[in-house]
Amino acid sequence: MLNRLLSNDLPRSRMLAVVLVGLLLGLAFAPFLFPGVKALNVAAKVLVFIVLVGSFDLLLGYTGIVSFAHTMFFGIGAYGIAIATTRMGPTWPALAAGVAGALALSLVLALVIGLFSLRVRAIFFAMITLAVASAFLTLASQLSDITGGEDGLTFKVPGLLSPSFALMEEPFLGVVIDGRLLTYYLLFVLALVLLLTLLRIVNSPFGRVLQAIRENEFRAEAIGYRVVVYRTISSVLSALFACVAGAMLALWLRYNGPDTSMSFEIMMDVLLIVVIGGMGTVYGAAIGAALFLVAQGYLQDLLRLGSEAASSIPWLSALLSPDRWLLWLGVLFVLSVYHFPTGVVGRLRTRAAAAALRKA
Amino acid sequence: MTIQARGFDWIPLALVPALALVMLPLVGSPSSWLTLTVAGLAMGLIIFVIASGLTLVFGLMDVLNFGHGLFIALGAFVATTVLGTMSDWTGSASLWRNLAAVLPAMLVAMAVAGAVGLAFERFIVRPVYGQHLKQILITMGGMIIGEELIKVVWGPQQIALPLPEAMRGSVLLGEAAIEKYRLFVVVVGLLVFGALAWTLNRTKIGLLIRAGVQDREMVEALGYRIRRLFVAVFAMGSALAGLGGVLWGLYQQMVLPQMGAQVNVLIFIVIIIGGLGSTTGALVGALLVGLMANYTGFLAPKVALFSNIALMAAILLWRPQGVYPVSNR
Repeated sequence: MLNRLLSNDLPRSRMLAVVLVGLLLGLAFAPFLFPGVKALNVAAKVLVFIVLVGSFDLLLGYTGIVSFAHTMFFGIGAYGIAIATTRMGPTWPALAAGVAGALALSLVLALVIGLFSLRVRAIFFAMITLAVASAFLTLASQLSDITGGEDGLTFKVPGLLSPSFALMEEPFLGVVIDGRLLTYYLLFVLALVLLLTLLRIVNSPFGRVLQAIRENEFRAEAIGYRVVVYRTISSVLSALFACVAGAMLALWLRYNGPDTSMSFEIMMDVLLIVVIGGMGTVYGAAIGAALFLVAQGYLQDLLRLGSEAASSIPWLSALLSPDRWLLWLGVLFVLSVYHFPTGVVGRLRTRAAAAALRKA
Repeated sequence: MTIQARGFDWIPLALVPALALVMLPLVGSPSSWLTLTVAGLAMGLIIFVIASGLTLVFGLMDVLNFGHGLFIALGAFVATTVLGTMSDWTGSASLWRNLAAVLPAMLVAMAVAGAVGLAFERFIVRPVYGQHLKQILITMGGMIIGEELIKVVWGPQQIALPLPEAMRGSVLLGEAAIEKYRLFVVVVGLLVFGALAWTLNRTKIGLLIRAGVQDREMVEALGYRIRRLFVAVFAMGSALAGLGGVLWGLYQQMVLPQMGAQVNVLIFIVIIIGGLGSTTGALVGALLVGLMANYTGFLAPKVALFSNIALMAAILLWRPQGVYPVSNR
């Protein structure tokens, strides 16, 4: 049963299994375990990023191509919800229309970009996605009639999900059952289902072909697989998942603007999470997202402490300023690509395999 | 600049005047058309100065440097510092004194960008040779680190980079007003292009570079150390990007730490249009992109960025490898 559910891709490391179960339980009972608005926000963001990063891993880790337009699709999903609910009011049909429209747009865009750039060389894909994504970001902040420009859009969600809705008068286990909580569990179920779907995809025959292309494009083509077609399908699939993740984010924040969903910083975060978690392992996305988002808040605090401690040395203080946290993320990123390319999951699996070998 | 036995392929080069002529009726008045065309050529030449290094680096060693934009921003910021210390000379009305200020600024910017380029090659690029995926990730990371370091040194805000006194204003050519600085940029751009063409076509080093782009292993088999050549080209390419950054910063009259990332997008479009590894292609691509950006900026400002992507898409439909494909890739 469990095997079926995980598509025969078990954690293959006791440590990893423990961490994953812990993460699952932690997220499932987050509202009860970690009271407070901030903790719930972090938990919800982890859920969104699990889907976003997992879908990026399908591209980077399994197919071996780099896209810089992943946040574009993320943003399209978020804007889909935001624009539809602002125009049509906070109703369920509006949500459905927003998601459907965003998915359709993502599908077409990903298909066009893929067919254009992957036809020639995979390396074009990285450059072209960068160009298209930056054009799209500019467009989103310029078309202020539709997208609200730089200010973004604040909107209401259907009553059942809005904070003012209360399911029960009495708090349950010390937690008020309100629309926020329902939204959280909606996100939780969505993230779980999408993650399992991703596992299903990468462990299907289709996923095997993707890995074959990643390992040796020429040989895959020679065996008779149309590399362009497989790569394009993979990029379309990952775009659709990212789009849903965007919709989840918008649903949670009840706000969307260019910086919340489309900015280049988020792209950088996604890259970093994939590398830290482990490329080519869907579980890595989950672990990486949780690690990163929890650390993100504290890294800035840590830097602030360091900056104050170093205030006597101006240049060191400037380096450690909390505004420069992207610098340290960049350093972390480069170092982990060099020394830690398989990420947390890869390390744990290698260790488990080595231990099993010693025993045998 | 590749000499082909079958003779030179003129069609892509002819696209540049063709685009300009097609736009003439769309723009309407000939005087604004002339202004836009000169602006487009100036912008195109700046982009070419920046892109030439990137495309050579790719052609020689199959290294795609996503951090190239860093050197643009670096050059521009160095120029603000250098020109800031020479405000007497930039403020003077004499063109010669202005040039005497701008020229050292350019040279210092090139030197700094070149030196940082050497370090970038050594610490960021060299460990990941031959691994495209890691190269893209690492150079992107290097770019972020560099951008943040620029913010540490010069501050995160934008800095004004005013034009020297004598280069402000414009000359009237009939009814068309042409900014003096754009003419200056065209002159500098053509000088760089000339120097590059001469080096690549008339010197031993240039011969080796061209041969290396065509067939790296053969050049190595003949006993040349292509690695050293590559390091030199990488540093030179970074220096040219620094020069381009100075020109670009003066063109915009301000510099931003993020400017590298912004220009990077244009550069990628240019080298894809030109064919990865081809310098002539980069020139054609840069001029097309520069002209297109100015015409559409005038006709339909909101779609200006997309016009370049549309241009690239059209070119790729026509020649999927870019206008001047490099043979063995």
